[in-house]
Amino acid sequence: MSVAVIEVRNLFKSFGSNRVLIDFSMDLIKGENLAVLGKSGSGKSVLIKCIIGLIEPDEGTIRLFGEDISHFNQRAWDEMRSRVGFLFQSNALYDSMTVRENLEFPLRRHKRKNNQDGNTEQLIRETLNNVGLEHTIDMMPAELSGGMRKRIALARTLILQPEIILYDEPTTGLDPITAREISELILAVQKKYNASSIVISHDMNCINLVSNRVIMLIDGSCYEQGTLHNLQHSTDPKVQAFFE
Amino acid sequence: MKNFLNIHDTLEEAGNMARFAGRFFSEGFKPRYEFQELIRQCFWVGYKSLPLVGITAFIMGLVLTIQSRPTLVEFGAEAMLPSMVGISLVREISPVITALICAGKIGSGMGAELGSMRVTEQIDAMEVSGTNPFKYLIVTRILATTLMLPVLSSLSNAVSLYGGYLGVNIRGSISWILYWNQVFDALSYGDLIPGIVKTLFFGFAIGLVGCFKGYYSKKGTEGVGRSANSAVVVASLLVFIIDLIAVQITDLLGLT
Repeated sequence: MSVAVIEVRNLFKSFGSNRVLIDFSMDLIKGENLAVLGKSGSGKSVLIKCIIGLIEPDEGTIRLFGEDISHFNQRAWDEMRSRVGFLFQSNALYDSMTVRENLEFPLRRHKRKNNQDGNTEQLIRETLNNVGLEHTIDMMPAELSGGMRKRIALARTLILQPEIILYDEPTTGLDPITAREISELILAVQKKYNASSIVISHDMNCINLVSNRVIMLIDGSCYEQGTLHNLQHSTDPKVQAFFE
Repeated sequence: MKNFLNIHDTLEEAGNMARFAGRFFSEGFKPRYEFQELIRQCFWVGYKSLPLVGITAFIMGLVLTIQSRPTLVEFGAEAMLPSMVGISLVREISPVITALICAGKIGSGMGAELGSMRVTEQIDAMEVSGTNPFKYLIVTRILATTLMLPVLSSLSNAVSLYGGYLGVNIRGSISWILYWNQVFDALSYGDLIPGIVKTLFFGFAIGLVGCFKGYYSKKGTEGVGRSANSAVVVASLLVFIIDLIAVQITDLLGLT
């Protein structure tokens, strides 16, 4: 039986007179990789920031693992955020900290879950090894290339072993080869950690490689959904516009 | 209409800053406490500002003494020079100058650092990793400036008085012991304590403004620059306003 780990219902969000999300609804099923496709400024990033609680929606309900997030206090969010990881488009690495300290930071906040036997160093090295960058452990983010920073940001997200990962344009700004490597890494992560994920992207190669299902976010709502293959063969002109 | 909007914006900003200060008091003293970060910030604010504060204080003491000497000589009151310099420095000049230097160095640094963290989503990243960024970044910084300003000001007092000693000896001659005896005879706790207490408020204002401007930085790199700049301007202005209020209060308490 398919279990929805994220349920979004009738979500509305506006910034001033700009209505970004209008009656948006979607589900993320446990174990699936869902891609959200839409034009720039269509509200894709706003959607996942609403899900993780960085932006408060105007109306609507979001449930994470069946719990309504509108009732969450700080403690409930702290608990939930160890189960839901977020990869920022800009990577958002702490630039005053080394790679080791970047990975240590979320661990210090969630000691009970991951750090009770004091194996922080081992866990950091293992996670870095999973993204192929163990040798960068003592480097500063400024010393790393764009692709390496993306991998480190992914490692920081993975270190808490989240059950859901939200990717905000993971391949933007990367060359095609590195973008493919990151896409393959996302796929490998999903298999290794058995995580569910939402991937926001414009990169068709990335979506093709990682997604089980695609949602088209057009005019603020869930316009169409299905496999990438089905959408590519849709006769709807708004959907077709993305694939021309 | 434009002036009206400016007044409206200023009042709105003042209101937001007051709310920000309220949040500091409501969240700052509840667990979880970020001791490690607080100590790191104290080190950064205190130790790293020490050379600049020390050099400035030394020059200030020296210059004040040299400049005051001719007037006192004119009235035949040259012997009063150590007392006058001591009271001026400890009561007023040293705390205010230390606060202004810190407003420039620390206030702008905080505005730029937090602003940069805001526009590169590092503050959001902290929040999604289960850390309350307000506690980790803001509370620790405001506490660090509040605690370190009195320490820096006390050290500034000592260094500036030493500068005063050298200043007296450029034209005249006074022994080390006589100089300090004259300085301490002229000073009382009523001079020293208000000078130290007001630096607590200076430190709070500098930390508050620097953090507020940085935390709510907008509009990319341009916004970061603006945050740093306005943090210095507003913090310096607040230092003078607090000083004015402090003088009135000490006057009312009969400590003048």
